[in-house]
Amino acid sequence: MLFKAIVFLPLVGFLIAGMFGRQIGDKASMLVTSLLVSVAAVLSWFAFFDVTEAGNEYSVHVLSWVNSGDLSFNWALKIDTLTAVMLVVVNSVSALVHWYSMGYMEEDPHKPRFFAYLSLFTFAMLMLVTSDNLVQMFFGWEGVGLASYLLIGFWFKKPSANAAAIKAFVVNRVGDFGFALGIYAVFLLVGSVEFNTIFANIGDYQTATVSFLGTEYHAITVVALLLFVGAMGKSAQLGLHTWLPDAMEGPTPVSALIHAATMVTAGVFLVARFSPVFELSPVALSVVTYVGAATAIFAASVGLVQNDIKRVIAYSTCSQLGYMFVALGVSAYGAAVFHLFTHAFFKALLFLGAGSVIHAMHHEQDMRKMGGIYKKIPLTYIVMIIGTLAITGVPGLSGYFSKDMIIEAAYAASTPGAEFAFVMTVCAAFMTSFYSWRLIFLTFHGPTRADNHTFDHAHEGPLTIRLPLILLALGALFAGFLYKDAFIGDGRFGFWDGALITSAGDILDRAHDVPAAVIWSPFVAMVLGFAIAFLFYMRGSDIAKRTSETWDGLYAFLLNKWYFDELYNFLFVRPAFWLGRIFWKKGDENIIDGFGPNGVSALVADVAARVRKLQTGYVYHYAFAMIIGLALVVTWFMLQSGSH
Amino acid sequence: MSFLQNNLLSLMMIMPILGAAILLIIRHSDPDIEKRNIRQVSLLITLITFVMSLVLWFGFDNSTAEFQFVEQHAWIGDDISYYIGVDGISMLFVVLTAFLMPIVVLASWDSIQDRVREYMIAFLLLETLMIGVFTALDIFLFYIFFEGGLIPMYLLIGIWGGVNRIYASFKFFLYTLLGSVLMLVAVMYMYLEAGTTEIPLLMNHSFDVDVQKWLWLAFFASFAVKMPMWPVHTWLPDAHVQAPTGGSVILAGILLKMGGYGFLRFSLPMLPEATIEFSWLVFTLSIIAIIVTSLIALVQEDIKKLIAYSSVAHMGFVTIGVFLLNVNGIEGAIFTMLSHGVVSGALFLCVGVIYDRLHTREISRYGGLAVNMKIYATIFVLFSMASIGLPGTSGFVGEFLVLNGSFAYNSWIAFLATTGVVLGAAYMLYLVRRLIFGELDKDDVKAMPDLSLREKLIFAPLIAVVLWMGIYPNSFLDPMHASVNALLETHFLTDTSHAAADQIGTPAGR
Repeated sequence: MLFKAIVFLPLVGFLIAGMFGRQIGDKASMLVTSLLVSVAAVLSWFAFFDVTEAGNEYSVHVLSWVNSGDLSFNWALKIDTLTAVMLVVVNSVSALVHWYSMGYMEEDPHKPRFFAYLSLFTFAMLMLVTSDNLVQMFFGWEGVGLASYLLIGFWFKKPSANAAAIKAFVVNRVGDFGFALGIYAVFLLVGSVEFNTIFANIGDYQTATVSFLGTEYHAITVVALLLFVGAMGKSAQLGLHTWLPDAMEGPTPVSALIHAATMVTAGVFLVARFSPVFELSPVALSVVTYVGAATAIFAASVGLVQNDIKRVIAYSTCSQLGYMFVALGVSAYGAAVFHLFTHAFFKALLFLGAGSVIHAMHHEQDMRKMGGIYKKIPLTYIVMIIGTLAITGVPGLSGYFSKDMIIEAAYAASTPGAEFAFVMTVCAAFMTSFYSWRLIFLTFHGPTRADNHTFDHAHEGPLTIRLPLILLALGALFAGFLYKDAFIGDGRFGFWDGALITSAGDILDRAHDVPAAVIWSPFVAMVLGFAIAFLFYMRGSDIAKRTSETWDGLYAFLLNKWYFDELYNFLFVRPAFWLGRIFWKKGDENIIDGFGPNGVSALVADVAARVRKLQTGYVYHYAFAMIIGLALVVTWFMLQSGSH
Repeated sequence: MSFLQNNLLSLMMIMPILGAAILLIIRHSDPDIEKRNIRQVSLLITLITFVMSLVLWFGFDNSTAEFQFVEQHAWIGDDISYYIGVDGISMLFVVLTAFLMPIVVLASWDSIQDRVREYMIAFLLLETLMIGVFTALDIFLFYIFFEGGLIPMYLLIGIWGGVNRIYASFKFFLYTLLGSVLMLVAVMYMYLEAGTTEIPLLMNHSFDVDVQKWLWLAFFASFAVKMPMWPVHTWLPDAHVQAPTGGSVILAGILLKMGGYGFLRFSLPMLPEATIEFSWLVFTLSIIAIIVTSLIALVQEDIKKLIAYSSVAHMGFVTIGVFLLNVNGIEGAIFTMLSHGVVSGALFLCVGVIYDRLHTREISRYGGLAVNMKIYATIFVLFSMASIGLPGTSGFVGEFLVLNGSFAYNSWIAFLATTGVVLGAAYMLYLVRRLIFGELDKDDVKAMPDLSLREKLIFAPLIAVVLWMGIYPNSFLDPMHASVNALLETHFLTDTSHAAADQIGTPAGR
């Protein structure tokens, strides 16, 4: 009952606000959705302690779903430690974002719709993380995609928002394409799509091969890689990342909830959930490592030069997700989920802080038009500093424990790609520090570049905005310290309790005793990043400008996001429309119709001319012809039948 | 009660004819009252038929593959009888037909003002003929219903259609003519060879393998046109564009299902060897259909054409599913047909709503409907999502089953067909963006009012069914199991248990 309440309360909120929003009014819609999600959040913490401290595991049957042949799966909830962690993250951040949105969306005329979508998203995300089978997970997976689509396009009058919404959905569908094939492959292999059955039996198929697209491959590798394609789409990994920066078209609370703390981590969750399968495929694990490391460095490099405050944080998210995949790739599953956990706090904080800045600056998002506002909005300034300290990995704060653990695990691992990942993640740590501090300096410090009116009227938001910031700041400060032992320390065996693959002497153990130089390397990178950012943006010098002019090719390359959008437009979007037109005009109209019906009718007679004369009379002719034909058939059968 | 039970299917077919007869005698000095009476009687008749279809569903025994509600009466000579009944493959199509009819009558309430009587009579007769197609157990009876059903549809397009209706109905006529002549020859041959026209007997008759191929191709010509499969699909966009809304709903909802049903009822059980032999042809054409028509849908400027092309793509999943010859594939195919019947019907109704207001199907004439038609916008997005196959809606279950079945059969099929899922999202969302979202800046669009009560009543049951089929599809899958299993076990000796074993290789030494 507890778990059903946690999952379905947000659905109730969605239905109330979505269907009766106009009748009950703005205020009631906001309160109902926010309260229901808040109750779910409180219950989630109870569930979290119950599962992790008492070591309980639950499985709740809701309704049967599909039975067809051997394929059978239900609507059912599976709650173990991994799910409990996700419940806490999703519901807590969602509740805070609901309350925050009350202040942030104050002037928006479509509040019930916004809150309904937020609750719908929360429900879908909860279905995703509580699923006990792959198909229900896919339901949640596409459900969050739908909510994301609706929220990115929330301001549907803006062409850019519409474009971003479609892009997010379609690019995610490319990932889902892989995910779906992965589900079919799992079913083919194991004969079930239910997690417990899959994990219990997957060991039997260690040497099995499967024919995929005409070639025999190691079956488990095929399964793992197909599922990973899905994870890449949802978690915006290199290649399928292009939708995430554009998703910033949505309102800022959406970015915090969906595109930072929860939905984009679904891919990480998927791989962590499937750790028993990935563990059996070294190839898949190294692919995960390489992709994660490449994403971490790629996104960080683009983040260095962006001018939109939200896009910087978006690329930062993309990059941090890369870290999580590196951890997964080197089998440090606990570290990946730990970083997911801490990242949810500090990244939601950074986004909501950015939202507070944007709110204060009359919806200005360009950092080139900010500056010097730290005195105007001191609370926002302080929490943004806390978020930045956390993400850059200052010792003692949450990001320090999780991020450094990943870097150390990458060093300690000897699997293919681990070395590359170590180098990349350290470099990315340097870039993270640089772009994070650049954001702080450009936004809050120096002489202001905003116009007088905006600057004079900059002010903190209402309590509903300030309180979530404070709570998240506490999370960013302490979540790492409080939970490091459970997630990645000696307490991890009891904590995970089989939800993730853990064993004594595993990668996390080895990561604890790496050389001091390795331990210090992210710290040095961080200090260096801070120092250079300080030099560039705080000394009032024009170093930043000169650097970008000296390296203008590189600068343009980074500013244009490595030209991925242009490349994809050229490779996929334009050819699709071009092909569509060819198939339509040349294929259907010229060839098929030309030789088919039009050709025939031209042979028979000049139909068009006659039609003009006879008009609708023709219809009756054809109908009559059909009836005559049928009559002839009847006669034939009668004669035949009589002769028998 | 037993009279009703024993004659339920006949009563369901007589009811619309009775209704048509009543419509003939309704007269009133005031033409408006006359039209109103005609509409109300039509609605009542279709509702009664729908209730009878529910009785059919509840009375249906899921546990047997035998034909149920069977009626047989001597008819023409010694061989041809009036022989009807349903099994798990056909029963839900009867329910779907009866379900869509009252909705079509309601949808035509205001938009049809000329020759209302004839229009409603055409629909009622169409209903009888469609129920006949799905229940006929005599191949000759089937042929009459199958071809006869085209006549009312042909008149509907030709009389109540748009500007180019003559061209469209001529094209429709030409295509179907080709198919039906060949099918007729096949039916005659089967009759002469087997000496019976009873479908259950023909199913157990073993035709010579070489003969099977010719018969199979003859049936294929007819069913492929009806599906429609690529490349004999070009009549469909024109027919849809020209047909009145109600005609489009029935065309997409029911008539397109006759091809798929035909494959399942005739090609598979009667011609199993040829079915296996030609399955590669079906897969090839289906995959081309999915990819090519999805791309074509992407560049359409006419709403109805876009949805018509999307139908061709969806039917590609159906034909793949049917010829996979495994449980997932066939059940998925039937489910996809049912779902598509509801979803595409609903989408054409959505088009009808805005067409009634602005009298254009050109996408670029709309935009920003989310501002002034909020309820409409919500409903349109919902059905678009169902068309895209979002899990939780009806569109997902069928496609998922088909694709899951296809992966076990050949991963190439699964891989190529699944690309349709990506393309489907692209063309539908692009349509939604152009119609529903964007700035509301056109004056004539601004003047469009949101849904009326009648229109809400039309959509409410469709929404309920789309979600029901998505969340609890077992209601629809359970009746299929016995018949589908029997079909596979009897004619293909397929072991219906986990089919994977032979697909998974194990290297030597294990």
